[in-house]
Formats: sequence, C-alpha cells, structure tokens
Amino acid sequence: MSGAGTVGVVMLVHEALDRAAQVARHWATNGCPVVVHVDLQVGQEGFNRFRTGLSDLPNLVFSDRHRCEWGAWSLVQASQTAADMMLRTYPDVRHVYLASGSCLPLRPVQELVDYLDERPRTDFIESTTTQDVPWTTGGLNAERFTLRFPFSWKRHRRLFDRFVRLQRRVGYKRKVPDGLIPHLGSQWWCLTRQTLSAILEDPKRNTYESYFKWVWIPDESYYQTLVRLYSTNIESRSLTLAKFDYQGKPHTFYNDHLQLLRRSDCFVARKIWPNADRLYQAFLNVDAGDLKHTEPNPGKIDRVFSKAVERRTLGRAGLYMQSRYPVEGRENGLTASGYSVLQGFDELLLDFAPWLEKNAGVKVHGHLFAPDRAEFSGGGQIYSGGVSDSALVRDYNPKSFLTNLIWNARGEHQCFQYGPNDTQALNWFMAKDPNAHIYIITGAWVVPLFHSNLNFSEIRKEAARLQRIESAQLNVLRSPYVKARVQTMNMSEFVESPMEVLQTILDAIGPRSMHALSEVPKLVDLTGFGKFLQNLKNQGMHPYLMGDFPTDVLGTQKTLKPRKPYLVRK
Amino acid sequence: MGILGSYRRRVERQRFRVRAFRKRRELAEVSNRTRQIQPCDIIVFSTIRNERVRLPYFLKYYRDMGVNHFIFVDNDSDDGSREYIADQPDASIWTTKHSYKTARFGTDWLNWLLSKYGHGHWALTVDVDEFLVFPFSDTRPLRALTDWLDASSIPSFSAMLLDMYPKGRIDAVPYEEGQDPFEIAAWFDSGNYTISKNDRYANLWIQGGPRARTFFTQNPERAPAMNKIPLVKWDRHYTYVSSTHMLLPRVLNKVYDVGGGEKASGCLLHAKFLDTFGVKAKEELERGQHYANSHEYKAYHDAMRQDPDLWCKWSEKYINWRQLEILGLMSKGNWA
Repeated sequence: MSGAGTVGVVMLVHEALDRAAQVARHWATNGCPVVVHVDLQVGQEGFNRFRTGLSDLPNLVFSDRHRCEWGAWSLVQASQTAADMMLRTYPDVRHVYLASGSCLPLRPVQELVDYLDERPRTDFIESTTTQDVPWTTGGLNAERFTLRFPFSWKRHRRLFDRFVRLQRRVGYKRKVPDGLIPHLGSQWWCLTRQTLSAILEDPKRNTYESYFKWVWIPDESYYQTLVRLYSTNIESRSLTLAKFDYQGKPHTFYNDHLQLLRRSDCFVARKIWPNADRLYQAFLNVDAGDLKHTEPNPGKIDRVFSKAVERRTLGRAGLYMQSRYPVEGRENGLTASGYSVLQGFDELLLDFAPWLEKNAGVKVHGHLFAPDRAEFSGGGQIYSGGVSDSALVRDYNPKSFLTNLIWNARGEHQCFQYGPNDTQALNWFMAKDPNAHIYIITGAWVVPLFHSNLNFSEIRKEAARLQRIESAQLNVLRSPYVKARVQTMNMSEFVESPMEVLQTILDAIGPRSMHALSEVPKLVDLTGFGKFLQNLKNQGMHPYLMGDFPTDVLGTQKTLKPRKPYLVRK
Repeated sequence: MGILGSYRRRVERQRFRVRAFRKRRELAEVSNRTRQIQPCDIIVFSTIRNERVRLPYFLKYYRDMGVNHFIFVDNDSDDGSREYIADQPDASIWTTKHSYKTARFGTDWLNWLLSKYGHGHWALTVDVDEFLVFPFSDTRPLRALTDWLDASSIPSFSAMLLDMYPKGRIDAVPYEEGQDPFEIAAWFDSGNYTISKNDRYANLWIQGGPRARTFFTQNPERAPAMNKIPLVKWDRHYTYVSSTHMLLPRVLNKVYDVGGGEKASGCLLHAKFLDTFGVKAKEELERGQHYANSHEYKAYHDAMRQDPDLWCKWSEKYINWRQLEILGLMSKGNWA
C-alpha cells in the first residue's frame, strides 16, 4: 500500500448474501477497509449468519441498517450512514468506493489502488445535467427534480403514475434549493475523502436532504448533484461497469460473459448473477502478479447491450413471430427486404421469368398468387423455409405467406409475376410496403384471352372481370397512403419501347444489370390485336386499360433490340 | 375487449378452476414427494401415457437444465412408465384411468396440480416429447432465465413448438432409450409459420411446420397450433385453457410485442416424429381421445401409410438456439 492513503469500500447488500460475503472478504483481505450496509429487509437470522461469517476480518465493520427500497431515499440514507462510518472509522482512507453486493471486482484490487493513487484528487462519479441524459426512462427527466414522488414505483405503480399526472395537470413544480443544479448519473461512485466529507458535513445538509427525499431515484442524483458544489476535479464516469436495459433495470452478467468482462478492463462490474460460479471463480482469484495499467474500455460490452435494447425495442424488420407481432402501422418494416411485383410482363414477353432470372441474377417466381398454386421459381411444391405451394395454405394467411417468403430469402431480391387473375388479398399490404417495387403493364391480361380458344362471349365476360379487378388494384395504388415504388404503363406504351422499361427494372433490382444485355426476350405475336380489341368494343365491352392499338398496325412477331450500351471514350 | 369481455373471461377462468377442482378426484396418488419442493424450485408438469422409452432422456434433459422437481399425471400407462417415475427421487406421480378427452386433454388434471403445487413457482408444463430451448440455454441454466424474468416482472414465457423430423422414413432409425432424439430427428421447417391473433384470449395462433405442409394442405385451418406458453410463474388463480397454447387471465398470453420490438422467447423442440410415431398414431386413433375427434391423427395415419418422409430440400438441420434465433423462430429480446 502506498503511503498516500487507502481505498475504502462501502458495500450495500440486500440479497445473495453468500456472494456479497465472498466479495467483501476479497476487498478486505486485499487491504481495503469495508463498511457493509445490510438492508433491514434481510432477516435478523440471515444477517447474523452473514456477520459471523465475516467476523474474522479486522478491517470490516457493519453500519446501522435501513430498510431500503428501490428508487427511494432510503438507499441514499444507507450509503450516507455507511460512508460516514467509513470516514470516521478509517482515517487512512482517501477514496471511498460505493459498491453493491452484486458488484464484482474484475481486476486485482492493487490495480484499482494504484489507479487511484495516481489520481489522488479525482472524484469518479458520473454526473450530467438532465438535458444531456439519454438513458432515463419513462419520460421523467427534469421532472424527477420538480415533482414529488411519495409512492413507490415498484409497489404502487398506478398511484405513482396517477400522482405524476395529477401534478402535471395542476402545474405543480418544486423549487430546487438555491445553488443546486440537478445532475444525474450512475449511483456507483468513487469519491475522495475531501469531497465526500464536504457533502456529509455540509451545514445545509438538512435542507438538501429534505429536498432530495421526494426526488425520484435520489441515489442517482443526490451525490451527483452535490458533488458539483465541492469537487475540484470531477471525472464524470463511473468506475463500475453497469449497463441498463430500456426499462432502466441493470443488465446481469453470466458465466458466458467471462471473456467480454475480461477484455473490458473495467475495475468493477455489476450486476453479477449470484449463480455465475465461473465469474466469481475467475475474478476473485486473479493473479496479482502482472499488473496492467490500462484504462477501462467497456466499448464492446456497450455494443452487446445496446444491441439487445435495440432488439427489444425495434426488432427485426419484416419478422412476424411468436414474440413479435406488431399492430398495423408499427411494424418498423412490413417486409424484410426489397421485392418486385411484375404485372403483365409474362403475358407480353415469351419466357420472361427465366430471362429475367438470368439477366438480373435474382430469384424470379411465376405467379405466386395464381389461383391453383404458388408458382415458385424452379417449379417445386415447397420453397425456401418450407413454404408450401398449396393455394389453400397460401390463401389461408396470404400475409404470412408473403412475409415468410421474403424473410426466408435472407435479403435476396425476389421477383414474382402478378395479375388480376391472382389472389388480390395483399394489394393494400404491398401498396403500403416501401420494400415493394410494383411494375404494371395495364391491360396485358387480355393477351392470353386474345390467344385463347374460348368463345368470344366468354372472352368478353372474362375480360370485363379482369379489367374490373385490375382497375380496383390501380385505385389502391393511387391512394395517398401508398409507400411502394409503383410504375404503371399501359400495354401500348410498353409495346412502344419495351427495352427501356426492362432496362429500368434491371437497373432497379439486378446486381448484374450493369452489363449490356446479351439476349432479349421476344414479344408475343400481336398480329390482329387491334382488331381483337375493336371486337370487344363492338360487343359492348370497353377495354380501356390497354391504351391505343390501331386496328391493323403491329405486324408480325417482333424481336426486341437491346439498347446500345453507352461507350465512354478517352 | 371491453369490460363485458373481461368479465366473461373471468367467469370462464373460474369455471376452469372449478372443473380442475372436481377433476382432482380422478387422480390417484402413486408417489408424492412434493414435500421436498423448496420455495424457489422450478417444477416440470407433464401428462404421460406409455412413454417409458422416452422418460430417461426427458428427465435427464430437464435435470441438466436445472429443474428441481417433476410432477406427472399418468393416464393409465401399461408399459412401466408409472413405476419408473415412482422410483425417481425428484418426481411425484398421480395416475388416472379416466378419459383424457373429458379432462380436456389432460388440462384439467394439470390445472389442479398446478394450482396445488405450482403456486409461487416457475412451472414448466411440457409433454415428454417437448424439449425447451431458450436464449443462451447452452451456457445458462433455466434459473438464469427465470431470475431474469422475475427481475423484469415478466410472468410468462413463450416457446413455440418446433416439429423435428428425421431425413428419410420416420421409422427408419429406431429410437433407443436414453438417446438424444434429435440425433435422429434433426431437421425442422424454418420459415413456413402463419400467425394470426386470437382476440378471445389475446394470444397468437401459430400454425405451420412439416405437419401443415404435408398433412393439411387441403384444410390448413385444421393444422395443429404451434404457439405454446409453457413457462409460467404460477399463481393459483391461473389456468391453462387448452393444452399449453393459452392461459387465463389473458395478460399471460401477451408474450409478444405489438410495437415492433421483440420479447424474449424460446422454442419447444418437438420429438414427435420418431419410429414410435406410427404405433402411437394408430393407438391414439383407436382410442379417439384427441382433439377434434382426433382428425389430426386420422390425417397422420393416412399419410403415414403412404410415404412417411417429412424431409425436403429446404429442411434446416438443427444446430443450436442461436440458429433458431437468427432464423427468427425465437428471440433474445433484451436479454443479453
């Protein structure tokens, strides 16, 4: 021990007494005087056993006991009593470290002592103003200091909430005592004798106390505020690694965190699961032989825990499962990744799907929502993830069908054909999904009818039905709520310049589309199509979604020419 | 749901409790070691019928996980299951010859034992072919989870049923006593589960998996429910409504986040599809003691006679819980 002074540990204990005793012994036998405060809620019998177990340690004493409650003043009282006792009993102590029974020192005690020896005037206490704290929960930030909190948040949540609301409504505001600027921070601090005694011996201590008694969670603000009055050198961080989840509960460390904790180089961590044998085993038996003099580096642990909070609050976009079932509007991503809905293309282009699959390097399905079955790419009965091609299964829950398909693809862009003959159940869902790219050639559904061998009266009836369906779908896609990327063109516009449209699609989806197209799909034979439309009109049906087709233009089958690639010349 | 709905569920819950109370008379004590149960113990509750070959691994699996006591209802086994359990130092067993069906598929019996012995304990209600995996279950015991749930004030934990099956004929490799069933039934369906909400009990209704895609393609609405809430900090006022799919009061069924986040959840690996299945399906069909006139077993029986291979090229081979987590079948939530 260097002559400058020692580090005293104030320990607040309320559960897992065996572990607390183990850690207290560790501190004491490594030369740190310990004052233990045991919560009065621990029964007399348990306390006696605990005390007897530690009675052989000359530098460990027990303070008077208070009944402690989370978020209440009693916790501060406990630390005051114990800290006071520490300062009086051990005049050598220069730094006082506040720890809990579930704290575990991760580095040899000597390293902490050396570290503090090098910084004899520094107070380690996280202390930030209310404006700067992102981690307070429940919207009670500045209000912690301006409202009163007579009811326990844990035991009387409803009363607590109601009383807060009442005070807000009547505009109640407490006055912060003169000279105080409310600060918040982790309740685990390490203060110098000078600062701590100044706080405890302050002539205005009673004034401050009566104020903080009704502040919410005063153990996170009492010392953090007062330290600003006296300290000459505040290092605003806690030497105790403590991570909090989104509800403000401390995260717990388990055996499998061993490596993570080791690499953190923090001095103390909390809280440790009492049954984490390996952690206690590993860290209470650290070899003090080779001392490291590294700064604590909790970055990696921070990342692990902030990821956990993110998972809990945001979840994974596009995932619907047993413990994530967002209500409409709060999905945070309706589907997992982008997909393209192609309507009218495979009616107009021969072998369109295989062509697109080859040229865009993505999965291109047939009509996934066809009336008889889901036409998966590859033609199988079952697709990725075990999704069945049964139309009954699909239509039983179409939303699950689609979201599963996209989720299972793990980010690989999916394309599928769609049309008015297919199940229309998801029109709104897809329209509202920013991941959906919807390309529609309106009226193309009539081409199979044009090529069919049906009686004309049946063709007319079917054409009218399909036109009605597509028209309804287009109405949906014109809604102001649409978030999908929608591109519609009528059939005649497409036939004018098909390659431009195809190139746009390829550019939007395909990683390989930067290459010039080597082969292009063939347009179906539209000889006499104009006449066909005219016939429909003559029969009293009005086919308006196709655009204009003069009765006798479009000659024989036409091969599309690829657009010439642009060449950059030097 | 309004006040009236809440009141109706309350009445319903009381009715289930009365039912369970009356059904207690159907249970005859075989071996009762419940006095050993300590206040913090985790207890497994299970109904069995002729499961002798499965029992050793089942007990070992949950003992290793940190379960302290087992409470069984034996529905008239004749293969030595009852005697085997009676010999276990950490198990209690009751037996009954009464109808499984009129006891609402065993739920009434278990509700009674749960209210009597489960009060204040974490109770895990599983069948002997259901094996719980939860986040970090390879490195942390079950108590780590229940402690965390306690600290987070979460009273119930969801673990969806995940049907596991072998590659090839279900009966190709015989299951040996004591063996890990997932050495044989190592495969599962990763992403064909459909979800809807059941407004009556506020629970999610999940269907899917290999059974849905092979046996129920013509009537998907009849595919068995996969949602389960097996782990509950029991209170004597709680009841299971139908198997462990849902509970009353309804707040226990809200194991899912509705704001886009993910709550923590696990999976129950279901070792149903082993060589024992064919015999069981036939037997159960003859007894007619299962849900909705055993239509499920009828479907199995018909399908099994043809080609009992559930495997397909999209089947996923089970590795560990992390894999299930990545696939989105379960979640760590904010447990880290």
